[in-house]
Formats: sequence, structure tokens, C-alpha cells
Amino acid sequence: MDLHACDVLIVGGGGAGLRAAIAVAETYPRLRVSVISKVYPMRSHTVSAEGGAAAVIKAADSLDEHAYDTISGGDWLSDQDAVEAFVREAPEEMLRLEHWGCPWNRESDGHIAVRPFGGMKIERTWFAADKTGFHLLHTLFQTTLKYDAIQRYDEWFVTKLLVEDGRCQGVVAIELATGNIQAITAKAVILCTGGCGKVFPFTTNANIKNGDGMALAYRAGAPLKDMEFVQYHPTGLPFTGILITEAARAEGGWLLNKDGYRYLQDYDLGTPTPKPVLRSMELGPRDRLSQCFVKEQEKGRTLEGPYGHYVHLDIRHLGEKLIDTKLPFVRELCLKYVGIDPVREMIPVRPVVHYMMGGVHTDIHGATPLPGLYAAGEVACVSINGSNRLGSNSLTEILVFGARAGKAAGAFAADQAGGGPSLVAQAHDERRRLEEAFLRKSGGKERIATLRTEMHQIMEESAGIYRTEMSLKDAAGKLKRLQERSQNLSLDDDSYTFNTELTAALELSYMLDVAQTIVQSALERRESRGSHQRIDYPQRDDERFLSHSLAYRAEDGSPRLEYRPVTITRWPPGKRVYGR
Amino acid sequence: MPSTVALTVTRYRPERESEPTFQTYEIPFRKDWVILDALNHVKDTLDGSLSFRWSCRMGVCGSCGMKVNGTPKLTCATFLSDYLPGPIRVEPLDYFPVVRDLVVDLTDFMRKLRQVKPWIIRKEEKPPGEGEYLQTPDQLDVYKQFSMCINCMLCYSACPIYGLEPGFIGPAAIALAQRYNMDSRDEGAAERLKVLSEHDGIWQCTFVGECTKVCPKHVDPAGAIQQYKLTAATQWVKSLLLPWGAR
Repeated sequence: MDLHACDVLIVGGGGAGLRAAIAVAETYPRLRVSVISKVYPMRSHTVSAEGGAAAVIKAADSLDEHAYDTISGGDWLSDQDAVEAFVREAPEEMLRLEHWGCPWNRESDGHIAVRPFGGMKIERTWFAADKTGFHLLHTLFQTTLKYDAIQRYDEWFVTKLLVEDGRCQGVVAIELATGNIQAITAKAVILCTGGCGKVFPFTTNANIKNGDGMALAYRAGAPLKDMEFVQYHPTGLPFTGILITEAARAEGGWLLNKDGYRYLQDYDLGTPTPKPVLRSMELGPRDRLSQCFVKEQEKGRTLEGPYGHYVHLDIRHLGEKLIDTKLPFVRELCLKYVGIDPVREMIPVRPVVHYMMGGVHTDIHGATPLPGLYAAGEVACVSINGSNRLGSNSLTEILVFGARAGKAAGAFAADQAGGGPSLVAQAHDERRRLEEAFLRKSGGKERIATLRTEMHQIMEESAGIYRTEMSLKDAAGKLKRLQERSQNLSLDDDSYTFNTELTAALELSYMLDVAQTIVQSALERRESRGSHQRIDYPQRDDERFLSHSLAYRAEDGSPRLEYRPVTITRWPPGKRVYGR
Repeated sequence: MPSTVALTVTRYRPERESEPTFQTYEIPFRKDWVILDALNHVKDTLDGSLSFRWSCRMGVCGSCGMKVNGTPKLTCATFLSDYLPGPIRVEPLDYFPVVRDLVVDLTDFMRKLRQVKPWIIRKEEKPPGEGEYLQTPDQLDVYKQFSMCINCMLCYSACPIYGLEPGFIGPAAIALAQRYNMDSRDEGAAERLKVLSEHDGIWQCTFVGECTKVCPKHVDPAGAIQQYKLTAATQWVKSLLLPWGAR
């Protein structure tokens, strides 16, 4: 077995991973940094982010306002020391992106332009039309190309973290083009693999979002934090789940029920005005807006189509010129995938799984409890997002915490010795496992797609926008049985060359682990907070649950929960108020 | 509307076949389905051994470029209904080595991408603390179009020059170089000129324009190449007239 070695190994080549790589290369130029990713970096899901990235830049704004919006938006589950660091470092990170060439939209005088966004009291969202994630990712990727110290393993799929002497010392991965299964050793590893939306059937997330990094960390002993908090974005296209950006509402779009009525006014989100008002109506937070959809559906006031219930997003009154300058992608997507022109027609939308507030537990430097293992971006939970992330905080988060994790991992790696021969032995064992369980297995009976579909049904029925004790308990049992059945997979493909059935099988196993932690964490949080709404426990309960859940993998493979208190610095828990 | 449609797909597993063959699958026709949905139907229910790349399914990640009935397309943005009654032929992109089935090898492009230095080059970089570089909306418009490339490789697959001369640096990479050259914050045009005006650079392009036709993002690489030829030619003339320096 060839042995690949580096100092800092970054798993995932999206925004967080690339920002971390640059941070290592700039801060510790003598370290060898590698980025390993199951797709070419420019395919990473950061590419799909649309609306923008929040950072205080305008004179009328302040760091405290950004912090307060974030903390109240997260229903007081955010760690406030992390939020303070986040808002403080956000402007510099965004300026760095500007200096690297990101084509931000501008004011007529050449300064950065900002737009309003949901749950934000002041306009602070930087944007590159409605393809902000695309531009941010390509700018970062192209910028990494100038650093000789950054090496890449493109299209390598990580199957296991190597842990030895109580610290993480690398990974085992499959080179997809050849099927070679190899160890890549490192003095520090940073997980930047993004979220796990594909655990659910209806999601904005790309095919590659299977919770890989979450499951890898969980199996290596690191806990997953706040996994019960799953964000539904209120405006996805039916059937495809393609995201229609919140910027459509920020620019003045309306949500209308089947009677053409702006129904959000019935749910304590303010009164309708022709022009958008910040932190009000359509500019309320995503959790509340998605919950309103369900209520509206229960009242029989939504429309019904071949792919379920929906409401209308109306941007016609914004006019063709504004739509083409600020929302061109919305128009492109609607024309292509729905066959309607939003300049003249209303857009059908419904809530869609979008983002995981939870993830691998880290401190504010991106360090997990497992020495040598770091995490940043959606895979991680620092937590700045609490129980509900505000739109346009996640692109900024991957920059701020990608950079932080890169610096911390670099500092750690600079002090470590290289790994021993036992790492190679572990990698041999892992290769044997992959061959016996998948490539050379005979007699399996289950199809990947069948199990995946059943998992989707379980998650949608039990862990959606509203949850109950009974449905979650039922789901926990069903997921356990799915785990057992997943040991008995039958693959059609025994090839070593670019075997995407093998990777789909491994992704299914990651998703099942992650699904179990979502369900168990949701089951044991007997309160309603932010995106986690329990019909049987409708109130927020700060006495018992002003705390983060930590899901550890128990001996038998099931999740075991612990809790740790939320860090409160200057904003004691209060009531979330919107529209007033 | 037919209830099914025939999908004929290139198969190539180097461990099994010495050269590519075709395999036909009968798939249900649904009017909402794109070609990629049909491929996924095959993989999920009929034949798990079919390999292809895909990710975002919204036309922005650039993974799922393939040839559909002979034309390079993003399969996530190409509808079955446009190819009725079938059969629909799906093949890997032209001019790239095939790794397996519909998966092609992008190593050559990834190397060329780096060659054109697609990053902001400045003599002096100001620290972020000093604020943004000013750039008016008009200055942004000058290069914006060339910044929309998703690296889907359709333009390479359509480019007859790349087919004949694999050393040609190619449409997407040249458009990207031009994206940075035209950016008011950049001062690296002279460095990129060296790469682009050498043997494998822009002179080989005969303005066939196929690259622009197949581009799903309206980047117009052919336009970028022509623009760039003009700049390079002007630089060359200047260097003859003003031998002490063309600047």
C-alpha cells in the first residue's frame, strides 16, 4: 500500500475546506496541506448557495446588531462567544474575498452593495446577483491554485478516520478513478464535508450531501451536537426541491395563499406593506415561515398540485429589470424547471429541507473533542446558528470558521510527530472491510435505493417541521432495523474503476447513522425551540433545555445523548419578536 | 405521450470491455424528467453498475455534462420530452479519455485551468483592513459574463480544435483568463499573455464558435477568445514599434 502523508489534511473542497487550506498555507507556509474531496472542488455544494453572505460593512450597522439578530434568530441556542467572534471577523473575511476577486454587486460609487435578508434588522447581506455561493466557491478555488503548498486529491472518497494514540492521524480513502484504497496520514485533519440534506426525500441539497463527515467523526468517537435542528427553507420548487432564494422576498416578493392573501400576517409576523420591512412578514426567519406554511395547509388555504401542497411566491411587481439584475438565477431556474416566467407568473413554492444547524461538536477554534480532528462549515456545530440559522450567515460562517479551523489545525500539526506503522495496518483492515462488505460480497439481498427510500419516508414522517414523541419513537425503531438490513446489501457493480454504486452504499451507511442521531436528539428534546417543534411540547423550556444536545455513538451503534449548557455572554434569553 | 422511452447509453468498464459498447434500457417516460433522472432510474432500479457524475441537479455544479443525441448537454437541464419518441443516446463527452461508462478524465483541463493563472495578480495587495477595492457596476459588467463559467466541459467537447490539437488550452480556460484580465482589480494581464500567446494558446482558434453555441451559461468563450486575440495582436505590434517596451 502506498503511503500518502501530509501535515494538515482537509476533507472536503467546498468553501470551508478551501478557506481552511488558504489559512494553513498563509499562516504556516512550511506545512504540507492537502485537500481531499469526493468531487472536484468546484462541484462542491457551496456552488448552489444563492442569496448572499452577511457581514457588517455599512456605517448604519453594528456588530451588536448582527449578533442580536443571529442569537434571537437562533432562539437563544447559539453560543454567544462564538457569535461575537463570528460577527467581529466576518467583515475582514468578506473583504478578503473581495480582494481575491469575488464579483460582489456594487453601489454606483463602486462600494460593496448590501441587500436585506430574513431575520436581519439591518441590511448587511453582500451578494453576487443570486449566485453568491457559485462566485464565492470559484473565487476561492481559483485562488487556492496559486499556492504550491496546497495539494489536492480530487475524487477521492473518505471511508474512515485513522485514530491512534487518542488522536486523529489521517484517513483511509478510495481513489475513485482506480479503486485504490489508501491511507493518507496527517498530523491534523479538518472535516469540511458540509451537511446531510439527502437524509430527507425533499431537499435543496445536492446528491453529494450525505453527512459523510458527520458520520466519520461520530464513528471515531466525536459527538454530534444539536442534530435535532433541521432547517426547512420556506421556498423550494415542488418536485425538484430547487431553492428559490430568500433574496426574492428580500427584494420585495410576497408569499400568497390560494386566495392571493399574504397569509404571514395571520401568524404574528407583522402587517403587510407594499415595500419590504426588515424582520417582518416575508422577511421573518425561515423556521417561522415554514411553520406558517403547515398551519396554512391545515386551514385548507394552500394550493394542491401533482407534487403536494404549495403556495405562491409573487415577484411580478418587482419588474423585469430588477429581476434580471438582482435575481437572474431565479428567472433562469423557473423558466428551465417549471416552465414559467416569474416576470409574468407566480412561482409555486413549498418548504424544503435546506440546512443542518447541528453537526460535529467543535469549540470556537474548530477543534472537536478528539485531538487532531477539526471541523468547519455545515458539517460542524460551533454553534453560531442555534436552533435556526439566519439566511446569509452560512456563507460567512464557512469563511470565518474555515479560516479559524485552518489556523488552529496548523498550529496543532506544527507540534506533532508523524504517524507510526499501525496506521497502515488500520488501512489494510479497512480495505478488507470494504472488499468483504461490498465488492466481494455475495448473497446480499437489499437494494440501496429501496433502503434509501424507506429512510426518506421515516425521516419525513417523523422528523419534519412538526414532531411528536410517538412518531419519533417509531422512527428510532425503524431506523435501527434499516441499519440491520443495510448489512445485507447486494451490489450490481464489483468493479474497482469509478464504482459509484460502492460510494452510494457507503453514503447510505453515513446517512443512516446521521438519521439516527437526528431522530434520537429530536425525541429527547421535549420542548419547542426554533426549527424543532414538538406538538406535544409546544413551549420553549429554558429550565430544562437551554443546552446543546451531544449525540455519542454507543457500543451497540445507537446514539447516546448528553447535554452541555449554552454560553450566554450579553444577551439573556428573551422572546423572539418579529413584525413589531 | 409514450409511456416508455428507450435510453441507449455508452458502457465501458476497462476491467471487462476492451472498448466502449452500447446498452439500451427501457425507462418510464415522465414529462418532468431530465436525462439525469432517467439515468438515476436506471441506476436505482435496473442496473446499479452504470457510472456517471452528478450533484446539484440545478445546472450550476457542472458535473453532469454528457453528449445527448450527439450534442454536449448538461443532463440535469435537458428534458426527456425534447427527444421524443426516442431512442435517446447518451454518451461521454468527446475528446476526453473515458474513465468508465459516462465518466471522462478531466486531468488535462485541471492542469490548463491552473496554467492561465486564474486569480487576482497585483503588484501590491492592500490589507483587508483598508477596505474594498472600488469597482463600479459598469466595471463589473465588463467581465461578469466571463465569470459565469461552471467548468462543465461542454465547450471542450464541442471544440474541433481541441479535438485535433489536445495541447490547445481551450475555450473555458481562455474565457477565465480573460475574466481576470478584464477585472479592474487585476494587474496580471501581461503574465497571462505569455501563457496564452504561446504555441497552444489562442492563435489556434479559428472562430468556429461551437463553444459559445453549447455553453449552458452564456459565457461566450468564442467572444473572449476573439477579444483576446485582438489584445495580443496589438501588444505584438506595439512591441515591434516600441522595442523598449510595449506598455
